[in-house]
Amino acid sequence: MNLVTLAFYFFAVLTLAFAAVVVFSRNILHAAFALLFTFFGVASMYVLLQADFLAISQIMIYIGGILILIIFGVILTTNITGVEVKSDKTGRLQLVSAGIATLLLAATLIGVMTTTQWNTAEVPAVDATAEAIGTGMLTRYLLAFETASMLLLIAIVGAAFIARKKPV
Amino acid sequence: MQSTNFIWDLFGVNLLTVVAVVALPLGFVLIYALVAILAELKISAWIQERLGPMRTGPYGILQPVAEVIKLLQKEDITPDASSKLLYNLAPFIIFSGAYAAFAVIPFSSAFMPANINVGLFYVFAIGSISAMGIVMGGWASSNKYSLMGAMRSVSQLISYEIPAAMAVLSIVVLSSSMNMQEISHAQTGYFWDWYLFGGPGSWTKVFIIPFTITLAIAYFIASLAETNRVPFDIPEGESELVAGFHTEYGGIKFAMFYFAEYANMFVVSAIFTTIFLGGWNSPFGEFLQGPGWGVMWFILKSFSIVFVQIWVRWTLPRFRVDQLMYLGWKVLLPVSFICFFAISLFVMFK
Repeated sequence: MNLVTLAFYFFAVLTLAFAAVVVFSRNILHAAFALLFTFFGVASMYVLLQADFLAISQIMIYIGGILILIIFGVILTTNITGVEVKSDKTGRLQLVSAGIATLLLAATLIGVMTTTQWNTAEVPAVDATAEAIGTGMLTRYLLAFETASMLLLIAIVGAAFIARKKPV
Repeated sequence: MQSTNFIWDLFGVNLLTVVAVVALPLGFVLIYALVAILAELKISAWIQERLGPMRTGPYGILQPVAEVIKLLQKEDITPDASSKLLYNLAPFIIFSGAYAAFAVIPFSSAFMPANINVGLFYVFAIGSISAMGIVMGGWASSNKYSLMGAMRSVSQLISYEIPAAMAVLSIVVLSSSMNMQEISHAQTGYFWDWYLFGGPGSWTKVFIIPFTITLAIAYFIASLAETNRVPFDIPEGESELVAGFHTEYGGIKFAMFYFAEYANMFVVSAIFTTIFLGGWNSPFGEFLQGPGWGVMWFILKSFSIVFVQIWVRWTLPRFRVDQLMYLGWKVLLPVSFICFFAISLFVMFK
């Protein structure tokens, strides 16, 4: 077993274990902090797949942006409204339907995974992905890229509009 | 391509050498933190016309060692109302976040723990793990002061990350690389080839010299705010918040926060050195240039920046919160955007 395989299993277990904590934890803040390790584990998967730029974007956007916002939201709401951030017991109907949906999804995914003809080949190590991603975004995928940025801009303007001080 | 890690050249890549590559910067951080703590004590003393610590060892040079031993011996207290697991985890997360940045710092042309192509981006991303640690510690302490300190700290960190990133991005545009080793290589030569003075190139670079110098100042100010140093230490302002997010911490856990702060100071200084001051290059062409001397130059330059940080701390008073936000969003951000725009235009029409 070489170092890369060892690293893969380590991070895979890390990701799955903390994902389980996210789902099963009663305390929302504990779930949010467990999400930190899950995101980090996913970033390591990207590293092992030689997608360095994607891995770092994952850390930057999900941990540095989204997760901090989630935690801020949770902390501030509990302190202002005094509502306990604990989830209740899951009802039986929800539990059964969620279980069936999960089983179906898992069965489909495993089925697809085992029946697909994977054409594997030795791929030479990729040196830099940032340049290829940049070129791709500004040439072939320009429309999608610009549409996404317009959507984000509209979201920012909308958020500022909702949050602004209302004229009295 | 030239090798960037002499340990792997000598012994090959195996589990032992990986441990060695990881442990080398750790040893450096621990020794550096002791030196920086002493420097902080002594420089503050000189600025205030005192002697500073004089009794532990000659001229008090063993003072930081004594302090660390004291912190190690203290009782490990966990507050009753705290969330135990997160409270105990937070110091580790913060220190790992600060220490992870050392993976891409080019100490010399022959030693950089991990030579990755998106090094500068990595440093900014990994800083967010420290921010998570701060929130975790502040919340888990179950103390109003801790929580408010953590909030202030993180909002400050997010605000000032943008001007700092713009400054770094401008240099990335200029050098067309995010690899810190390649940026260092590009500045080989005399000190006027550093990106502080427009980088290598013909006389036309005089047009961008004002912008690069402005960016260097903007980055330095933003880095002070990111490391929560005076004049931006509102998160720890002792007159309002006791000690900010680490109010409830003591003993070795407090020491870890302390070490993380000093490690962060070095990281931002090292980035400043790499992108503006030529990294491990000698300022005078071939004079003392080489992999071994590179370590000396790199540490010398970085320590000078750390020295300026300490100097600023003991000279300036603290900002108010509104002044801090004003400076970040209405001064530094537009200024760094203008500089970025000017440099991009220059690179396009060069």
